[in-house]
Amino acid sequence: MSDLTTEPVISARDVRVWYGTTRGAIQAVDGVSFDLRPGETLGLVGESGCGKSTLGRGLMGLLPDGAKRDGEVRYRGRDIFAMSPKEAYGLRGSDLGMIFQEPLTRLNPLMRISEHFEETITQHEPKLSKDEVRTRALEALRLMGIPPTRYRSYPHEFSGGMRQRLMIALALVLRPAFVVADEPTTALDVLVEAQIVQILNDLRRNFDTALLLITHNVGIVAEACDRVAVMYAGRIVEQGTVADVFSNPQHPYTRELLASTISLSTTGLRFIPGSPPDLIDPPAGCRFHPRCPDAMRICASTSPIPTTREAGGTVECWLRGPRDLTPAERAPLAHEELSDADEA
Amino acid sequence: MQTRPDVRGDVLMDVRELSVHYGLRGGSLARLLGRESGTVRAIDGVDLQLRKGEVLGLVGESGSGKTTLGRALLGLAPATSGSILFQDRDIATLSGRERRGIRRHIQMAFQDPNAALNPSMTIEEAVGDALRVHGVTSAAERRARVIETLERVGLAPVELFLSKYPRDLSGGQKQRVVLARSIILKPDVLVADEPISMLDMSVRAKILQLMLDLKQDLGLTYVYITHDLASAKYFCDRIAIMYLGRVVEIGPTEEIFAQPRHPYTQALLRAIPDPDPSRMVARDLPRGEIPDAAAPPTGCSFHPRCPVAQAECGWEARDLRTMLESHWTRATPEEYVRQAEVIGDLSHLDSPGVQTVTLGAGGAEPVQALLDSIRSAEDDPLWRGVAEMAPEGSGVRVRFHDGVDPALRRAGGVDVACVLYPETPAP
Repeated sequence: MSDLTTEPVISARDVRVWYGTTRGAIQAVDGVSFDLRPGETLGLVGESGCGKSTLGRGLMGLLPDGAKRDGEVRYRGRDIFAMSPKEAYGLRGSDLGMIFQEPLTRLNPLMRISEHFEETITQHEPKLSKDEVRTRALEALRLMGIPPTRYRSYPHEFSGGMRQRLMIALALVLRPAFVVADEPTTALDVLVEAQIVQILNDLRRNFDTALLLITHNVGIVAEACDRVAVMYAGRIVEQGTVADVFSNPQHPYTRELLASTISLSTTGLRFIPGSPPDLIDPPAGCRFHPRCPDAMRICASTSPIPTTREAGGTVECWLRGPRDLTPAERAPLAHEELSDADEA
Repeated sequence: MQTRPDVRGDVLMDVRELSVHYGLRGGSLARLLGRESGTVRAIDGVDLQLRKGEVLGLVGESGSGKTTLGRALLGLAPATSGSILFQDRDIATLSGRERRGIRRHIQMAFQDPNAALNPSMTIEEAVGDALRVHGVTSAAERRARVIETLERVGLAPVELFLSKYPRDLSGGQKQRVVLARSIILKPDVLVADEPISMLDMSVRAKILQLMLDLKQDLGLTYVYITHDLASAKYFCDRIAIMYLGRVVEIGPTEEIFAQPRHPYTQALLRAIPDPDPSRMVARDLPRGEIPDAAAPPTGCSFHPRCPVAQAECGWEARDLRTMLESHWTRATPEEYVRQAEVIGDLSHLDSPGVQTVTLGAGGAEPVQALLDSIRSAEDDPLWRGVAEMAPEGSGVRVRFHDGVDPALRRAGGVDVACVLYPETPAP
């Protein structure tokens, strides 16, 4: 666990990301705020299309053409969204790292592992000697459980799990203070996934890195994260410590998402009716209200206001405040009938 | 395999000694020289019975052969040897035309709904295509049956979907279309290959529920292929755990989960990330990954990763290399440099099936001393397999015990292929 008194490494405020499409602008991320301290892992969990990957890429400045971002992201006191492209380029790698989902598509098949490391390290620290580069690289590989005998191998000579460990070693060799890992275990098998989760778990002890772990798997969040942010339709609807949010979810979406997850203790099937909204024209009020079993009248008209959770963190749901509702506002919302066909 | 007294339900499909091997073509030079490039044993001698009305789970990691086995049940993967008996016919030896007839009875639902549907066919065409192939010539009848089937999988109002294309549908809706297409011929058996793994968490339970409803309504028998033990636990009556082309443990779901016997099954169960933060994944996970099926380990395929491997599990030279390399990930850089010099070249350890090997370049004594120090520092299961170490030339000759390849044997209510569960002598 990280020390809550230390300054955040990264502090995001009201981050927004739009994609331009022929049908109009998609508001993929709509006003997201969070802090991350050194050695802390924040799990960003949500279903496909909720904006979690877009947020990760937006923070790194890796959005495609036609996307626009807004808000403020303070890294060591500087706003990285306000930096020039050149300044931001200099930060990537050495200060901000990224671990991608599919390692094979991110490694150059014609370059040896040694060359990947040499390129990465000398790009940021051109003064290092060849021996120092090698020592640094071998140390990073060793921590990921990759033997020094494989240093001169090519990416295709490694198994899937080893490649993902290579990617993590490459991202960490420059000791970035903040790393975004986008679904780092999704393409892997159960046992290898568990190995990687342990590596990510050890990360905070060994490197003091602040990690934003993007995943759709609530099990991985429970295993590897200190805090969790639940994202729905572009907004973080609930945020807090993993233990507290998972055992005592305050937002109906968090509760339903956890209930619909099939785990070894599942005895009955639960699911969320309907599908996530179209982000070109999202529903008024709370974006979850058309699917929410607890929806009230106010939810359909007025956006909920972020409120502090009792045990820390935030939640945005009218059920949790911040003000007392009138009886008319509190009246249950009559749902339109949702059929199976409306699902995601 | 003999019929057991506890068999419930009739055997619908009987898979015996089934093997599916794929020949590797190798490079063009190797082919010119007529060199053998090896065989991938995707399925290697599998015995399996599918009983009427059950849900049989095929569970394993990628490369375990579970999908190939599922495809072989439809005749989609060519059997190298063995048989698949269904209604007194052997699917493994049928001609293409006969196989098509069989598919009225056995259907498959594929994993990725985005890839399984033709993007240029409307939903009506896609779902009705199976009818056309199987001789329903009347367009009106086809339409009526497509409408009936789409309603059955919950795609109502049907008129909204008939003329749509796959791109207009969400992931869950596409998977419903894939299921509609696979049940429209009213099959007896449905082989479902990871039907929910591409879907979002909130939708998975819904599709699983739909499959349970369909089973109930249509009297289906399922083969459920998955890597996800949690959904298998909920969904399956019996589970076959597969590893590298073999079934390593098979039995009733409750018993597999209550008392997993094979070390691989135990490892899989330990590795599942659980949403309950008070339950943590165990630290003692098997190392490494599923090996190359073109050069499988000798003896038990799981032995290189097995935490409880015994002397007779099939240790070989390749395992020695793995052990040394894993040791070096924990050594300091200086130690590594020194030890690598003593050990010398490792490439001669790479050929499969070598039981005796000479290791080292720095003289018999230092090599022996190094091996001894590694052995006492790290209790690697490999050392149980070493039968003899003796000086030879400038190194040490290491000989491993003879390995055995365990067959499926009865243990409690399940069958398991592991030397820890030996044949119980007949009473």
